Amino acid sequence: MSRPPRQHRAEEGPDRLYTVTRGRSRAATDAFDVVTLIVAEQAPVPGMQSEHAQILRLCESPTAVVEVAAELRLPISVVKILLGDLLEAGQITARHPRFVPQAALPDLDTLKQVLHGLERL
Amino acid sequence: MDSNGSDGSVAAAGGRTALRSTADRAWKIVVVGGFGAGKTTMVGSVSEIRPLTTEEVMTRAGVGIDDRSAVAQKRSTTVAFDFGRITLSEESVLYLFGAPGQQRFWFLWDRLFRGALGAVVLVDPRRLADSWYAIDRLEQHGLPFVVARNNFGDPAHTLDQVREALDLAPGVPLLDCDARDRESSKQVLIGLVRHLTELAVAAAPAVDPAADPTADLENAP
Ligand SMILES: Nc1nc2c(ncn2[C@@H]2O[C@H](COP(=O)(O)OP(=O)(O)OP(=O)(O)O)[C@@H](O)[C@H]2O)c(=O)[nH]1
Ligand SMILES: [Mg+2]
Repeated sequence: MSRPPRQHRAEEGPDRLYTVTRGRSRAATDAFDVVTLIVAEQAPVPGMQSEHAQILRLCESPTAVVEVAAELRLPISVVKILLGDLLEAGQITARHPRFVPQAALPDLDTLKQVLHGLERL
Repeated sequence: MDSNGSDGSVAAAGGRTALRSTADRAWKIVVVGGFGAGKTTMVGSVSEIRPLTTEEVMTRAGVGIDDRSAVAQKRSTTVAFDFGRITLSEESVLYLFGAPGQQRFWFLWDRLFRGALGAVVLVDPRRLADSWYAIDRLEQHGLPFVVARNNFGDPAHTLDQVREALDLAPGVPLLDCDARDRESSKQVLIGLVRHLTELAVAAAPAVDPAADPTADLENAP
């Protein structure tokens, strides 16, 4: 496997986010919610963009997108782009949240689970 | 309020508590309220992790046209919000988000909190009007909520007076709480889930799983 072309180092300053995402400002897919749990499917490999490698290390156990963003100190939208790269390459999997559809109520099973969990705190 | 995490609320690497490897189901609940209402405090008092701060970039397109503040002058701005987490079981985990209730942020919350179970409106009794906008939006969106009056000393009004000032619908629970207290904050969340349960029971027609098109998905292994 060859080193990807135009490998950038993350720099400080206003261009950093642009650099990290290689100029992309929007995730290609809507694949991630803030609480989608990310699981690494492989260890980082040499030559990988450092943010990608960081994510793979972080996600050795399931980690929510917001937690990845907080750990990397990057905005959520930037993290989603990075996750999109990894997902596309099969290096992570995503465990999706069970959404409550807009203007609908959670099902009773869900509510029971959540209630029991809270009562046990 | 600042978005650069300079308050040290971003956990140091290595200091984090990982989720269990079996975790595969995440839920979210939103805590909204005016500046200083106690959102961060509440998230922190029930969270199993130190509340973390993260940020989202809001582009100009996302800023309400009604907004004439500095936000509208820039091409994009960053909005910070806090979150915490509660492990509910081997498989499920609940995330709590603390979000400022001001109008100019709401576009962002609309996106971030889509799919949430419900919301807590945390109220500083000295500044009731700060929560009007959040309540309006939650009602508009049909996201169920409870209102919690945070304890900032002896309240000057009764809960009924607060209910009236906030123009709450009769079914919306209004509780007292102390966001600094874990048990009290936990009771607010339990109050929300009980409220959601009542609404769900009332909305459920008959117990006929076949009539529910989502039943198969929900019950799939
Ligand atoms: N007396 C009292 N003080 C509280 C309570 N909850 C929070 N505070 C204090 O109120 C101040 C604001 O609390 P925060 O939790 O930072 O409020 P916030 O809603 O996150 O504030 P912003 O993020 O700035 O909008 C802090 O000094 C807290 O210690 C409470 O229940 N009682
Ligand atoms: Mg706060």
